[in-house]
Amino acid sequence: MLDIKAIRQDFPILTQTVNGKPLVYFDNAATAQKPRVVEEAIVKYYETINANIHRGVHTLSQLATDAYEEARKKVQTHMNAKHDYEVLFTAGTTFGINLVASGFGSLLKAGDEVLISAMEHHSNIVPWQFACERSGATLKVIPMNQNGELIMEEFDKLLTPNTKVVAVTHISNALGTINPIKEIIEKAHKVGAAVLIDGAQATPHIKPDVQDLDCDFYVFSGHKVCGPTGTGVLYGKEEWLNKLPPYQGGGEMIKTVTFEKTTYACLPHKFEAGTPNIAGGIVLGVALDYLNEVGFDNIAAYEHELLEYGTKRLSEIEGLKIIGTAKEKTSVISFNLEGIHPYDVGVIVDKLGVAVRTGHHCTQPIMDFFGIPGTIRASFSFYNTKEEIDVLVEAVKKAQMMLA
Amino acid sequence: MTIKEIQEEIIDDFSMFDDWMQRYEYIIELGKSLPLIDPQYQVEENLIKGCQSQVWLHADLQGESIVFTANSDAILTKGIIAILIRVFSGQKAEDILNADMSFIDEIGLKEHLSPTRANGLVSMIKQIKMYALAYQAKQ
Repeated sequence: MLDIKAIRQDFPILTQTVNGKPLVYFDNAATAQKPRVVEEAIVKYYETINANIHRGVHTLSQLATDAYEEARKKVQTHMNAKHDYEVLFTAGTTFGINLVASGFGSLLKAGDEVLISAMEHHSNIVPWQFACERSGATLKVIPMNQNGELIMEEFDKLLTPNTKVVAVTHISNALGTINPIKEIIEKAHKVGAAVLIDGAQATPHIKPDVQDLDCDFYVFSGHKVCGPTGTGVLYGKEEWLNKLPPYQGGGEMIKTVTFEKTTYACLPHKFEAGTPNIAGGIVLGVALDYLNEVGFDNIAAYEHELLEYGTKRLSEIEGLKIIGTAKEKTSVISFNLEGIHPYDVGVIVDKLGVAVRTGHHCTQPIMDFFGIPGTIRASFSFYNTKEEIDVLVEAVKKAQMMLA
Repeated sequence: MTIKEIQEEIIDDFSMFDDWMQRYEYIIELGKSLPLIDPQYQVEENLIKGCQSQVWLHADLQGESIVFTANSDAILTKGIIAILIRVFSGQKAEDILNADMSFIDEIGLKEHLSPTRANGLVSMIKQIKMYALAYQAKQ
């Protein structure tokens, strides 16, 4: 059981008022709020050990390097990666996917196929379109049903020896659907395809075990797991990271440089050109420590409770339709009010202190599939409460009354 | 009436409201009463596409003045267009281009000037001024 009252006290922002009302923050799928330990760790880093890493011989540089590499080990343990050098620090999920897709842009050839799903975020569509344009490979899409679940029989049919990459999201940001990624990975491996899992939406709720999943790449963002913005992780299996060409050139990523020829550094440095977000990486480790202390089993159980309560309460509103009704769902509720544009609802509930997301959530193909301009999305975190859901329900009712 | 006079009238209208809810209810009413755009003008080329809501804006030169008609799929956006049309429709290109927009702030709609709601106001005003500029160049 979680002590929500105590947990809420860890998050200074939650005591704020917005438009004169207590803040109800339900835009957690966009970014999570930060606990005090995270804020303090940022300040502490800059006040005590700030220095450039990996090359300095002076004490501060050593301390900063140790802290950064220790954070990498924390991520390794968190994801159960085999080696710490399989954990690359990035600027976020988008960066990680671009790194992998760009690498495949030079490995793929005409006739090869890249398989993504109908519920991908634009970040897991556009980089693969680039890769396909560059290589002549073809992009194919696993369709979904009206509940927002992938149609696995269609996936089986799309999978052929030509499939070289399968890139799917662990959890849909717009619908909350949890995809059967273990099955997807196993089947993809049978035809020899590499699998990238977009874990941006999953990592705030689930602790991924990359060895158990056996995925080739797993990416996520620091800011969605209570860490700083501009941080992220790309896990890649050693053999794949060795196969992929470097993404950016610069310092840190080289072994030797002459004007004729450069040889690259070993992993993970090959993919970490330039001075990284040192404070960000270290503090991402602190954020993961915090979440692990709260406990992912506790988080999942409590958020499921919030999902069930929110679904029940919102369903009571006449004319409200939930988009995304998969059996396996995380604490995301996307919905629309009959005859009312989601934008209008978002503006009104904001006035009542409730932060939700409206629009297409960077998933235009999903909106096209359901034939809607967008949705109102409430996404719950472990620091939210049922009382806050009640405030949302009242705010939505008020908006409906004003806009009808 | 001049643009300035109309803006003052609108500021007057909004000064009757005590809170945001009355203001928004009024905007919703304005949105509902916005005259329908001729369907032939609700087309892709008149679309100001944004992240949140869609706006179609059509301009027509009648004599020396520019007449605007518009529509949106969101009612608050439509209400805001209604205000802009009241200010700008029937005015001369030069006056539209020189118009000061500080009345937006005075009627409590400044938040709609933020970039995420850009489609609400900033891009509409920009588009209106673009039409004015185009007609002025033609004359």
